[in-house]
Amino acid sequence: MDFIDYYKTLGLAKNASPDEIKKAYRKLARKYHPDVNPDDKDSERKFKEINEANEVLSNPENRAKYDKYGKDWKHGEEYNRQQQQRRGTQGQGGRSQGSAGQGFSESDFSEYFESMFGGGGSSFRQGGRSVKYKGQDLSAELNLNLRDVYVDFPQVLDVNGNKIRVTIAAGIENGQTIKIPGKGAPGANGGPNGDLYIKINLTSDTEFHRMGNNLHKVVELDLYTAQLGGEMVTDTFDGKVKLKIAPETQNDTKVKLKGKGFPVYKKAGEFGDLILTYSIQLPKNLTEKEKLLFEELKNLR
Amino acid sequence: MENQKLVLVETLCVHYEIETSFFESLEEIGLIILVRQRDEIYVSEEKVAYLEKVLRLQKELNVNLEGIDVIFNLLEKVESLQSELSVAMQRLNYLNERI
Repeated sequence: MDFIDYYKTLGLAKNASPDEIKKAYRKLARKYHPDVNPDDKDSERKFKEINEANEVLSNPENRAKYDKYGKDWKHGEEYNRQQQQRRGTQGQGGRSQGSAGQGFSESDFSEYFESMFGGGGSSFRQGGRSVKYKGQDLSAELNLNLRDVYVDFPQVLDVNGNKIRVTIAAGIENGQTIKIPGKGAPGANGGPNGDLYIKINLTSDTEFHRMGNNLHKVVELDLYTAQLGGEMVTDTFDGKVKLKIAPETQNDTKVKLKGKGFPVYKKAGEFGDLILTYSIQLPKNLTEKEKLLFEELKNLR
Repeated sequence: MENQKLVLVETLCVHYEIETSFFESLEEIGLIILVRQRDEIYVSEEKVAYLEKVLRLQKELNVNLEGIDVIFNLLEKVESLQSELSVAMQRLNYLNERI
């Protein structure tokens, strides 16, 4: 548990006036407020930090205590005495309503703050958050493989102890967020429940590269087949395909296989294309005879 | 529109300790659509989260309603730019791998 310099957090000198504290806090709040920085974890953390600093410095009692004991809070008798007092008075209120609705149950206060001032002041964010009618939104991330989302993918999520069944529709994009209405925290006074937002992170361990609904793949082709033409078999995402190689196929030639790409999100039966790029492999470790034959070819040109 | 869940504006006024006139200002500025049925005013339940955002920006940052409208428009723009950027980055990563 480290000491936190609340003056530094707000960019203030130790002797800042209450008015300066208020101004500095308001300026930073406008910058880092979660409502103007959606899905921004850094801003969210910053916002919590400045709120905590403001909670301490804008309250004369807290500020005096912090100035006096802040640095060596961990030691000293004052610490133990206060700690015991806190245990007695610390209720269940305040804390649970403080969060901006991002993340599952991150504390709004640092360990340092909690041990010095207890859990959550009632004036946190000027009480603005305590009047919620709609329940809090929750957000989660789900890491899936590209293979998983080639078909509809049923999944049971555990959200704060509740089992929630969801089906991730085939063809979902990397980074896409799906909303599950009513699966957030319950509302207050008959208000609607919050919603659950799930962000999908896709990783691919396949040889296919996805771009939108199309899949891209590099196919290695030997020199002779490229020159003379022929046939070869290659993997598609869910099967195999026989390719006809035209004579004199050039390096980096692209071939489009219609409908062999990735499924289109929420359009059953529709698929993107598979785009193959031929990469011609030149022979290595030539034998004497091969070298002679290449010489002969060269002289023919 | 017919089968969306509606919340009585009066209920929201009690809960948030605001006046009905506040909703009229929101409607005036085009931030919310009010549904009037048999002398009662409602808003769509889906708009409640949006309304809470408006209230937070107003109370916590002292932004007026015109300012909030500007913020929402800019946020929309940011969102669409971010998704364009993410597509562009994926493309770039792919091309970099191939060089």
